[in-house]
Amino acid sequence: MALEVTQILLNAQSPDGAVRKVAEENLKQFQEQNLAAFLISLSHELANNDKPPESRKLAGLILKNSLDAKEAPRKAELVQRWISLEPAVKTQIKASLLQTLSSLTSDARHTSAQVIAKIAAIELPLSEWQELVGNLLANMGGPNVEQPAHLKQATLETLGYVCEEVSAEVLAQEQVNSILTAVVQGMNSTETSNDVRLAATRALYNALDFAQTNFENNMERDYIMRVVCEATLSPEPKVRQAAFECLVSISSTYYDKLSVYMQDIFAITSKAVKEDDEPVALQAIEFWSSICDEEIEIQDEYSGDFTGDSEVPYFRFIKQALPALVPMLLETLTKQEEDQDQEEGAWNLAMAGGTCLGLVARTVGDDVVPLVMPFVQENVSKPDWRCREAATYAFGSILEGPSLEKLTPLVNVALNFMLNAMKDENNHVKDTTAWTLGRIFEFLHGPSVNNPVITQANLPLILAVLLESIKDAPNVAEKVCGAIYFLAQGYEETGVTSSPLSPFFQGIVQALLATTVREDAGDSRLRSSAYETLNEVVRCSTEDTAPIVMQLVPVIMQKLNSTLEMQILSSDDREKQSELQALLCGVLQVIIQKLGASETTKYGVVQYADQMMSLFLRVFACRSATVHEEAMLAIGALAYATGVEFGKYMQEFYRYLEMGLQNFEEYQVCAVTVGVVGDICRALDDKVLPFCDGIMTQLLKDLSSNQLHRSVKPPIFSCFGDIALAIGEHFEKYLIYAMPMLQGAAELSAMQTIRDDEMVDYNNQLRSGIFEAYSGIFQGFKNSKAELMVPYAGHILQFIENVYQDKDRDDVVTKAAIGVMGDLADTMGVNAAVLFRRSVFYKDFLDECTSSDDQQLKETAQWAQVTINRIIAA
Amino acid sequence: MAPSKIEPRVHKRVLSDQQRRRDLALQRQQECRRNLQLHARRLAAGLSSGGEENEGGDEDVVEAEEFEESYEVEGEGGGGESSSTKEDLKDLGLRQGTRLKGAKAREWFSKQLMLPEWMIDIPPRLKTDWYVMSRPAGVRCVVVSSNGTTVSRQRNGRVLHHFPSALPNGARTRDVSCASSVFCILDCIFHEPDKTYYVLDLMCWRGYSLYDCNTEFRFFWMNSKLAETDALKPASQYHRYRFSVLPVYECDVGGLQAAYSAPVPFTRDGIIFINRHAHYVLGSTPLSLLWKDSICSEYPVDTDSKGNVPQYQQVVLVLGDDGSLATSDDPPVVLGTMPRQFLEQHDQHLKPGTCLRFNVGDQGLRIVDGKPLFADIHFQGGAGRNKIADTSNKILYQYAARRDPLTISNLVAAVESTDDEGDFSMTG
Repeated sequence: MALEVTQILLNAQSPDGAVRKVAEENLKQFQEQNLAAFLISLSHELANNDKPPESRKLAGLILKNSLDAKEAPRKAELVQRWISLEPAVKTQIKASLLQTLSSLTSDARHTSAQVIAKIAAIELPLSEWQELVGNLLANMGGPNVEQPAHLKQATLETLGYVCEEVSAEVLAQEQVNSILTAVVQGMNSTETSNDVRLAATRALYNALDFAQTNFENNMERDYIMRVVCEATLSPEPKVRQAAFECLVSISSTYYDKLSVYMQDIFAITSKAVKEDDEPVALQAIEFWSSICDEEIEIQDEYSGDFTGDSEVPYFRFIKQALPALVPMLLETLTKQEEDQDQEEGAWNLAMAGGTCLGLVARTVGDDVVPLVMPFVQENVSKPDWRCREAATYAFGSILEGPSLEKLTPLVNVALNFMLNAMKDENNHVKDTTAWTLGRIFEFLHGPSVNNPVITQANLPLILAVLLESIKDAPNVAEKVCGAIYFLAQGYEETGVTSSPLSPFFQGIVQALLATTVREDAGDSRLRSSAYETLNEVVRCSTEDTAPIVMQLVPVIMQKLNSTLEMQILSSDDREKQSELQALLCGVLQVIIQKLGASETTKYGVVQYADQMMSLFLRVFACRSATVHEEAMLAIGALAYATGVEFGKYMQEFYRYLEMGLQNFEEYQVCAVTVGVVGDICRALDDKVLPFCDGIMTQLLKDLSSNQLHRSVKPPIFSCFGDIALAIGEHFEKYLIYAMPMLQGAAELSAMQTIRDDEMVDYNNQLRSGIFEAYSGIFQGFKNSKAELMVPYAGHILQFIENVYQDKDRDDVVTKAAIGVMGDLADTMGVNAAVLFRRSVFYKDFLDECTSSDDQQLKETAQWAQVTINRIIAA
Repeated sequence: MAPSKIEPRVHKRVLSDQQRRRDLALQRQQECRRNLQLHARRLAAGLSSGGEENEGGDEDVVEAEEFEESYEVEGEGGGGESSSTKEDLKDLGLRQGTRLKGAKAREWFSKQLMLPEWMIDIPPRLKTDWYVMSRPAGVRCVVVSSNGTTVSRQRNGRVLHHFPSALPNGARTRDVSCASSVFCILDCIFHEPDKTYYVLDLMCWRGYSLYDCNTEFRFFWMNSKLAETDALKPASQYHRYRFSVLPVYECDVGGLQAAYSAPVPFTRDGIIFINRHAHYVLGSTPLSLLWKDSICSEYPVDTDSKGNVPQYQQVVLVLGDDGSLATSDDPPVVLGTMPRQFLEQHDQHLKPGTCLRFNVGDQGLRIVDGKPLFADIHFQGGAGRNKIADTSNKILYQYAARRDPLTISNLVAAVESTDDEGDFSMTG
């Protein structure tokens, strides 16, 4: 059955495009003609030690790709295809794969390990291939059988991948026990092969999630921890790194079991941070960052109230380690790399140390300050730039966490120093200083801060420095943008007509615009940051600067227009154009929303509506997903601002609206478009009717598609409500399609039994969406078509009851549910009286909501109560 | 070589505004949707206030365009007369009503208040079903804010004040003026000494009718919505009179005593009981009750124009076509007849529809089933142009006040006794 595929596989990797194409075509044909033979041939190729490594590797990769895919629907299809193969075929393939693990060609072993794990992911949950774990463990040898190191290495790698692929409940505890035993033996210091030790350590990383039971057992846990700690001392750096990665994972998975090991772990990590290779030291620091994450989460969860009742203990490891931990971290700060600030994605010891210090500050608050400030004071003026930068970074890192009382006096002293430091001769020092200024504005400035560090007196100097430094090197300028962003944000206050920033508004806007056109604005994300800062500055602007915001409209439109004339010769050009359009559409969206929100400034947008719309349509014509989304968002804001006038753009805009609704792959785009449909319904009201057939068709298709990301479904239901409310009785014709969808979704959500947080959130969103749909439909039918809802009313009330009984129901869904109950009574009138008379729960639900502290919920519930009482009394 | 599984952390975090823009857009959309739903629901709350037979029209909400042409109505039905006009006026929705002018407006407004009955006996479930509040001495009026101005009208429909206020659309200032569709109707007592409108009730807020909502809801709405405006703030150039919300108490012993005697910034003139399930009905209703004694009111018993308590109880009755003398009840209760001869003598002054004042003589009232059937009345003269005939309920209250009044201890006892009801248990 197997065919000779070596040459085709080699050809498929040929540098000659034509050869490659033919080979790919051949493979495709073979696969379509006889899948079983195709897969067997590939597995034989992979297993055959006489074949070239290149063809073996590709055979393995194709095998792997025929078992798994990123997209869920494709993946399901592949899984189904594998399951329906003849058992004999599958057995033959699996045997070849296992055999490959003993090959001397490491690539072949490695690929085979991956393929085995993919098959295991399909078969183990179906209780098939039960012998796999046993087969693999046999490869590890025993007291009297010594197996070759390369086989043990490949086997451990396979075990690791299997653990990564399958979920914990799939393996029986005995299987877990034997896997862990094999893995821990492989990690042991008595193991002579570094390759085996490394594979074992990496396998343990994947197997940790399975070890819940073993971690409950003191002896087993002690043993695992000892082996891991010993592995951090291995002569092989990769083993040490992998061992620290295990510790990081243990710190979050088994925080509650760590107490007795912390002393040792501190010694190990601090040795690694001081002496070891950077990749190892980074993981050692990551261990402490991860402990901080855990303790911050515990504090959040219990809001500082540790009564001892909680399930997760709070050990205050960080607070206990503080006197030793902080000096260790401070020491890393002077180990900067040259040019680290210009390099995107750079990550080194100094960065990791500073980041960890920031987390420590968030974990322990005030206690960190006296340990850090002497370092800051000692180093911030030293001639060596590394010292100055490290001191500034340390200071900036602790600005989040400690109390304002503790920080304010320090920042009051430091602020002038920082402003001066923006003239430092060293780029890194300026970069970190600007970042620190941004953190000062983010955490110590704002309407809720009692003793603001920014005053009328120092604001002019602050702005003078920022607007000068924004001309500095791109990485520094980018941090300055961030500082301006938070400076503006701190002045955001609703209901005021002027802001302390108003006198400087024009200057800030000009400086940001000038930044966007710098030659080097493409570096360090400078252009994006400048535009995004402009957005925030506009959002936080007040009435007195509205004229300047209005003047910005033609300026940004002009810029958007010039992107349409850019010369596009390569995909790189295309990407640049699309990025720029996204940024500019973003700015316009923010301006439209800002000016459109007030009657007095709305004309500033409306007068340009025609031109803006025509620009957005031309941007759509360039076809790029990200632009599509930003332009779509801007159009939603425009519809909101123009109201019914938006109708004149609908003919032309409609096709893009439809395109957006069809974008399954980029679900954000689809979601944004669904939101815009809502905007348009509210703007056009019943004038949206001519477009509703198309829109509803598309929305119904979206709902039926299993390709669409589930997060888009709740907004689609809400959108039904928007449409129904806009077109009223005309929604009748969609009722026979929409109601079964709504009922189906409601039933499905009522049956939902999985109780993880994510699922609970999603279920609440879904239900809110369903209720919003019902509300819109009821309200829309109230005047003329109430009788259409008679067949559905019982079901809807039942659904409300199900949701009422659900202990995981959140505030949003509660509000929506009580609203629908009132809408049902209000629309159906006496027709619904009998339903309510028969129902018991609704009174309790009303009682619960009318006694709520949430004003809006209370109002809605009281309204519902009055409405229901009225129909029952009638 | 497999790289580290652990992702590096974000260093010196860079801004990301895109998600923020998405979130803010979503927030705006949700807010708009919510507003629209609330709008639909408030709209709905007003819909059936026209009564069961008045299907589906949204009469109660004034549409913008319609308000523009507001004052044209004057001319239309100008010449109409008597009963047919009255019917028309009665059926006018708020939309039309609030835009009437002149005599028609007076007639319409004279019927826009809920009038409490006098408390003659104590209703059951006083403690559980009623609220109690102090009643300020002053001029009862309907206050309407619309089209950038505010007008208060007395019970007879006459304008008391025409003034700018901080009620929605109550002045032509940027803060409060809004779409012309926005208007409010409040039930108030104007208390002259501190120039304050004490708000008793709220019938319409920003165009949404509350007539059909129960007291509980109206009061909640009244308190929360007024607090959102500047109307409760001291008087100023564009807010000539302060508004003040009266404290409303549960009708338990504490509440009753607070309404009865707690210090208030105004002259107290009795206390008002209102049933918490009652809708705002126009005209007299037994679901709102007024009670006074000499401690909580300067005038527990009717006085003459000089403030003296006359020797005899006085009643005002309306003269019918056939000389009958009737109360203003619906249907009217006839308490006596004017001698034909006397009428003929004074036919220039005693036209049907005129209100006349009488003394109640020593033989008093004949009361059957709690209703007066006949009175020993003695003609005193005309009651004055703007007087309205008394209701039989008022006559009965005044009658009782002079003889065997309901006292505060009766009220306290009633409330206390209902206090115990909950503890009662069956032992049989």
